[in-house]
Formats: sequence, structure tokens, C-alpha cells
Amino acid sequence: MSRPQRLPGQRPLARTLLLAAGWTLVALLGTFALDPFRNYQLALVAAYLCATAGLTVLVGASGQLSLGHAALMAVGGYGYALTSNALPFGGVARFVVALLAGALVSAVVGLLLGLAAARLSGPYLAGLTLAVVVALPAVASTWSTVLHGDQGVQTAFEGVPDALRRVIALEQWQAMVAVVVAAVVVTGLTVLRGGRFGLRMQAVRDDEVAARLSGIPAGRVKVLAFTASSVAAGLGGAVLCFVAQAVSPGAYTVGFSLLLVVAVVIGGLGSILGAALGSAVVVLLPWLIGRLTAGLPTDAAQRLDGNLAVLVFGLLLITVMALAPQGLHGALTARRRPIDEPVRTEEHTKVLVPTEEQR
Amino acid sequence: MTALLEVRGLTVGYGGAPVLRDVDLDVPAGSIVALVGANGAGKTTLLRTLSALVPATHGTVRLAGRDLAAVSVEDRVRSGLAHVPEGRGVVAELTVDENLRLGGLWRGADRREAIAEVYALFEPLARRRNHAGHQLSGGERQMLALGRALVARPTVLLLDEPSLGLAPRVVAQIMGVLRGLADRTGLTVLLAEQNVVGALSVADHGVVLGLGEVVASRPAHELAADERLRHAYLGF
Amino acid sequence: MDRLVFLLGTGLARGAVLALFALALVLIWRGARVINFAQGAMAVVSTYVAFEVTALTGSYWLGLLAALVSGGVLGFAVERGVMRFASPRSPLSGVILAIGLVMVLQSALGIAFGPDYRPMRVPFDDSAVLVGGVPLLSPYDLFVLVTAVVVMVVLAVLFRWTSLGLQMRAAAFAPEVSRLLGVRVSRTVTLGWVLSSVVGSLAALLLVPTSLGLNPHATDSLFVLGFTVAVVGGLDSPVGALVGGVVVGVAMSLVTGYLGAGLVPIAVLGLLVLVLLLRPAGLFAAAAARHA
Repeated sequence: MSRPQRLPGQRPLARTLLLAAGWTLVALLGTFALDPFRNYQLALVAAYLCATAGLTVLVGASGQLSLGHAALMAVGGYGYALTSNALPFGGVARFVVALLAGALVSAVVGLLLGLAAARLSGPYLAGLTLAVVVALPAVASTWSTVLHGDQGVQTAFEGVPDALRRVIALEQWQAMVAVVVAAVVVTGLTVLRGGRFGLRMQAVRDDEVAARLSGIPAGRVKVLAFTASSVAAGLGGAVLCFVAQAVSPGAYTVGFSLLLVVAVVIGGLGSILGAALGSAVVVLLPWLIGRLTAGLPTDAAQRLDGNLAVLVFGLLLITVMALAPQGLHGALTARRRPIDEPVRTEEHTKVLVPTEEQR
Repeated sequence: MTALLEVRGLTVGYGGAPVLRDVDLDVPAGSIVALVGANGAGKTTLLRTLSALVPATHGTVRLAGRDLAAVSVEDRVRSGLAHVPEGRGVVAELTVDENLRLGGLWRGADRREAIAEVYALFEPLARRRNHAGHQLSGGERQMLALGRALVARPTVLLLDEPSLGLAPRVVAQIMGVLRGLADRTGLTVLLAEQNVVGALSVADHGVVLGLGEVVASRPAHELAADERLRHAYLGF
Repeated sequence: MDRLVFLLGTGLARGAVLALFALALVLIWRGARVINFAQGAMAVVSTYVAFEVTALTGSYWLGLLAALVSGGVLGFAVERGVMRFASPRSPLSGVILAIGLVMVLQSALGIAFGPDYRPMRVPFDDSAVLVGGVPLLSPYDLFVLVTAVVVMVVLAVLFRWTSLGLQMRAAAFAPEVSRLLGVRVSRTVTLGWVLSSVVGSLAALLLVPTSLGLNPHATDSLFVLGFTVAVVGGLDSPVGALVGGVVVGVAMSLVTGYLGAGLVPIAVLGLLVLVLLLRPAGLFAAAAARHA
């Protein structure tokens, strides 16, 4: 028996699971050290991480960029909210069933979009997904009997379970739930990318024609990659809905979608750790800037509100892409690497497909 | 007498195994010099370095005594160096006529005349002047590539593997045209070829390239007769 | 019946604008193999310039001129200052740089001008002219149509019959060969961006007065529509952009007229999915055959 071959950077399954459990435990214990507002921010980071991890795996492993992951989050959120409102029972069971329903709905939507985009490379999928996120408010108001237009759907309040109510505040409970869901998503994506399917995605990304010639069904691989990514985003949206107790198109704009791209790029395309760092930056920076501009006169503050953060993010995006395309994660790992060791190219530098030949 | 194109100590690439090492080459005015050698010997790299598509690490290139070191790709063609690249480089989306016009872009008033001469030289092109490049046969494409270079009325023509993938009859025709131009108009040609027999048969002089170095430089007929060289570097 | 004719007429004018915008996308795609996701944002900047100049001088035409100039300057600056950093090996790096640019431009406009919609006025009557008792087009629609046609004819002449156009086409299809023939490819690429940005700015300037008004996000939907047009027509085909623009413009006008404006984004999405599923290279693309 030969040992299974692995690409550099791939880990055995048991180690992945152990690592995931370790990180999750650290994050869960960490919630005890945070005040309610920080726990709320942690819950946001965890929810964003679901979507950005899905996005980074999509870009890094299949070379396709989606500008519509906010819309896929919204799909998961609506799936969660509508199911949760329809269920006759409550408590943790309601949350779990609604969460799964959110994942299912986003899987179906992801599958449909993936099918349309399967035969295309980067820029087309980006445009198509942009059209999806632009169409979201129209969808919500066209089917307003179910989706309630701009107001969106409210969900029932999911409080802390009775057994824990004495030790845990609501925000901490929400953060813990978000962390667990994010952990499941990230672990799932890591396992997916580390296995045979991951190899196939890389083969398709690096040279689609060659991949087809060696018997890899490139179209199906792309569709599956997009669907998996969509489910991850949907779960993130469901968690966000659980935290906010509502889902509405106004929360999932083009701007938010681009923010997810920012998180993925500044973290380092293709790196899940980078996605986590990027998500934290995307949550914390606007809050920091909001605090800095809070002292300004109302008119100026109003104009800077939101805009200044977007300006900074845009500049960050251009700078990172132009000067350090491997992002935060790349910068961190580069520093750790001994100087005389050749730069590994497998994961981060080949993230983006050369498609000159594919066209 | 100094050569029209003069290459001295040309080195390309860094480290232990440069692509070209210390190459000296002379192409006298009005002559055809064949650059032969196996696949990977560095023929294409040498031509690409001469037209500045590949930067040289060391060495000089002089055209009619003028050092080309600081001259860009776009300006080398203006100073009389034409390069027909590997794979011919016919712009497939443009018509035959447009490809030829492209050859004489900066040529001024005598452009029309030059294009007419090319049509006279390569009769099949004249019949297909409004066809797109991708509709042409391999031989017609080679004629177009060569003709387009000639529209610029170059002093030195760099040709990379013109015979690749063509039928022997077409190769003979193209080689014949080259010899005729050299004799009639004094055109100077550096011809990189894997088709050693064909190239040496029209060339005045032959240069053998082996693993990035010049291993022999002699009159073409002598080279063709040297059995040892033929076995070692040219494979026939 | 009258209503149908009117909707077709309006759709035609709308479609001409979309065709212009899509043409701008096609210009850059052909020249640099990048889909310029920042084109809407760049165009809205020019439209703000026009708005300010018109407000200052009172002349619509000076504003229009200023918008075209600022479009050209912006195209130059964006290509030399930002897009030059795109890695030639990765099609996504150009997209991501463009997205960064969108964020910078739109947020800067938001800071400078605030989020309010500013109505843009034009020196034309916007009520429809009756032709044989049937309302057909407003004078402004007619102006838009004529402008679009003139621009397209100028571009066609430039690309088909001038030496500069020949160089730009050659550089787009075969950059290295073009350099060997003496074409300064780096300049033709920049020129492509300048031209594209001017055309895109013009499209936005023509469209904004017929919409809600000027706002940093006023061109978001124009971009999505223009992208759809370019995909429908084939990104490599200027003729495709023209036909696609008219098709999409008329279709959207009919959707607006009979089903409601709210459905337009959904119809666009549906159209995009349909075309991508059935004819991913676009309805008019011959590109696949040409790569032989």
C-alpha cells in the first residue's frame, strides 16, 4: 500500500479536524473575555468568514471571481428566516432546521448560477454575479407577498437556551453560535479543497484544456465549486439573520458584496486564514473610522459616514493588488520563511488563471 | 570591411546556463547568413534578442555601425531591422491588405509602391487581398509575413523558421525568392532554420549554434560538406 | 398600438445609449483583455464634471464638452496609474483593480457631493413628438439617437479606414507582432482607454437626465445593462454591441412599459443567464473560429 499523495499545503483529514476543533475551542473560550459589543462584532466576523471563506476557495481554487456573494448570503438569510417563521416548534431545533434550509436554498441558487457560468472564465462570472446582486431589491419587491419588499423578513427571537441563561449573555450566545457555524463551514471547505475535488479544481484553474484532456469534467467541477461556495455564503447569511433577527435587501448591496471581495483580496486570495483576517478588517475598520469621525460636525460626518471607509478599502484593494497580490497572509508567511528557501508557488501566486490559451 | 549587422559577445540569461553565451556573428551586406542548429540551440532567442524582445545580459549589436543598445523594439524596425517571428505572426483577424499596410506604417509615400511590389512577387496574395489572415494556407501566410516585412524595405531581414510546416515545393519557392532578392536588391538576410539543407543551399555563409554557443562559422557550402559537424550538430 | 410604437421609439433611444456604453467596454476588452468594471464609476465622475460646469456657466454644451475632456483625462490616468499594475498572467487582477477604483471614485464623489439625487436638465423638450397622430420620440430621444449614431460612425471610420485605427486593431489582436512592425503598443493601449472612457462618459451623460438624477451610484445599473449588452453581442464585436444595445434597450423598454420598471433588473438577469447558457460567446461572435 502506498501512502496517499498530497500536494504541499494539504493536511491529513484527522489533523484538519483536530486543528479545527482546537481553533473553535479557543474562539469559544475567547467569547468569555469579550464585552457584549465585542461579541457582537465577533459574531459578524464569523458570519462574514463563512462567505469570504467560500469566496476565497472559489477564487483560489477555481480561478473564478464572484461579485455577488452578498446576494447568496441574502438567499441563505431569506431561506433561514422564512423556514424559521414557518416551523411549529422553537428552540435550538428550529435554529438548526432553518439553518439547513438556508443552506439548501443557497445551494439551489448557486447551482443554477454555476450552470450558467460553467463555460466561462473569470470576468463573465464576475459580471453575472454583479447582475444578481443588483437585481436583489427588485426580486424582493416583485415577490413581496413572501419576501416583503424593502422591509424584508423579521424572524422570531432566538434567545439563550434556559440551561445557559445564567452564565451567558445574548451577544455571547450569538457569537458562540456564529463561531460554531463558521467552524463547520471552514472545516468543510478545507476538507473539500484538500481532497480529490481540490486537486481537480486546481487542475481546471491552471489549465482547463489540459484538465479536460486528462478526463476531468471541468464544467462539473466549476459548477460544484460555485455551489459549495454558495452554500458557505448562504450559511453566513443565515447566521447574520439569526444575529440581526431580520433579513432585508438593503443589507446586501453591491457595496457589501465588494466588501467581501476586499476581505478576500487583502487577506490573500485563496487563503482561508487570510479570509478570516480580511473579515476582521472589514468589520473593524469601518467601526474605527466611525469613531474617529464621530467628533466632526453633522454635515461632514454624514458625508464621511460609510464613504470614508469605502475609500480606504478601495485604496487598500488597489495597493494590495498592485504591490502585494498575496495579501496579508502572504506577507505573514513570507516573513516566516527562511531566506534561502525558494518561494513556494503552489498556493498563492498561481491563484489566478492564465487564460491566454483558454480563449 | 565591417558587416552590416555585427554581433559581439552577446549573452542572454543569468547564472550557470545562459541561453546564449558570448555569441559573435557577422552578416555582411547583401548576403544570406543561415543560422542553423538543433531545437533549443538558441536560434529564436538570438533573433528575439536582436530585435530587443529579449534583453541581452552582455554584448553589443551594431547595425551599419550604429550601436542598438538603447533602441527599443519599435524603433529597431524603423532603423531597418525587420523580424519575421516564429510562427509567422500574420495577424489572423486582419485582411491580407491590412497586414501589408501594417508593414509599411511609417513608410510614407512609397508605401503603395512597396505593397504593389509584394503583390507582384507573391502572386497568390494578390488574389486574396481581402481575405482575413486566418483564411490563408500555411504557404500563403509565410508569403504574407515575408511580404509584410519587405514592405518596410528593411536593410536586414531576420527570418525565424520560414520553412516550418510547409510543403517542400513551397519551401523551395520561398528560398528562391530570398536568394533572388539578395542578388537583385542587395537584401541582407539572417535566416534561422532547422531545415539545414534548404537553408545552406541558398545561404552564402552558415553559422552553427549549439547549446547557446557558436560552434562553427564558415561558408555555407563548406559547412554542408563537413561530415563531422553534420553528425554532431545538424543531425544528417 | 400607440403605446407599443412609443415604447419601441424610447427603447431605441435607450438602446443607443446602452450600445455606446457597451462599445466602450468592447474597446477596452479588445485592446487590453480587461472588462473595465470601473467604467460606470469613471463615467459618473465625468457626469459630475458636466453638472458642475453647466451649473457654473449655464451652458449644457460646455458641460458636455467638459465631460468628454474629463473622460479622456480619466481614461489616461486610470490606464497609466492603476491598470498598468494588472498582472498580464491573471485576468482577475484587472477586475479587482477596477473594483478598487469603483470604490475609490464612488466614495470620493459621495464625500464631495453627498448622496442626494441631483436632477440634470437638458436643453430639449422631453414630451414626445406626434408622428401621424402617434407619439413616437421626444426631441431629446432624437438627440440621443443622432449623437450615438454619429459617434459610432466616427469610431467605425477611425478603426476601419485610418492608419491609427489599423494600428490599434493590430495591437489588440497581436501585441508582440505589432511591436515588431513598429507599432507603439503601449501608446495604442492607452489611447484605447482614453477613447473608451470618452465614449462611456458620453453614454452616462446622455442617460442620467432620463433617470432619477445624478448620484454617485447613478451608473450602477447602466454598467450592468452595458455588460449584458456586451455579453449578448459578444465582447469582441463592436457590431454585436450595437445590435445587442438595440435589442436590450427595446426589450427593457417593453418590460418597463408593460410589466413595470421594477422588473427590469430581473429581466436583465434572466437575459444574461439565458445568453450565457445558450450562446456563451455572444450572439455575434466569430472569435472562436478566428483563433484557428
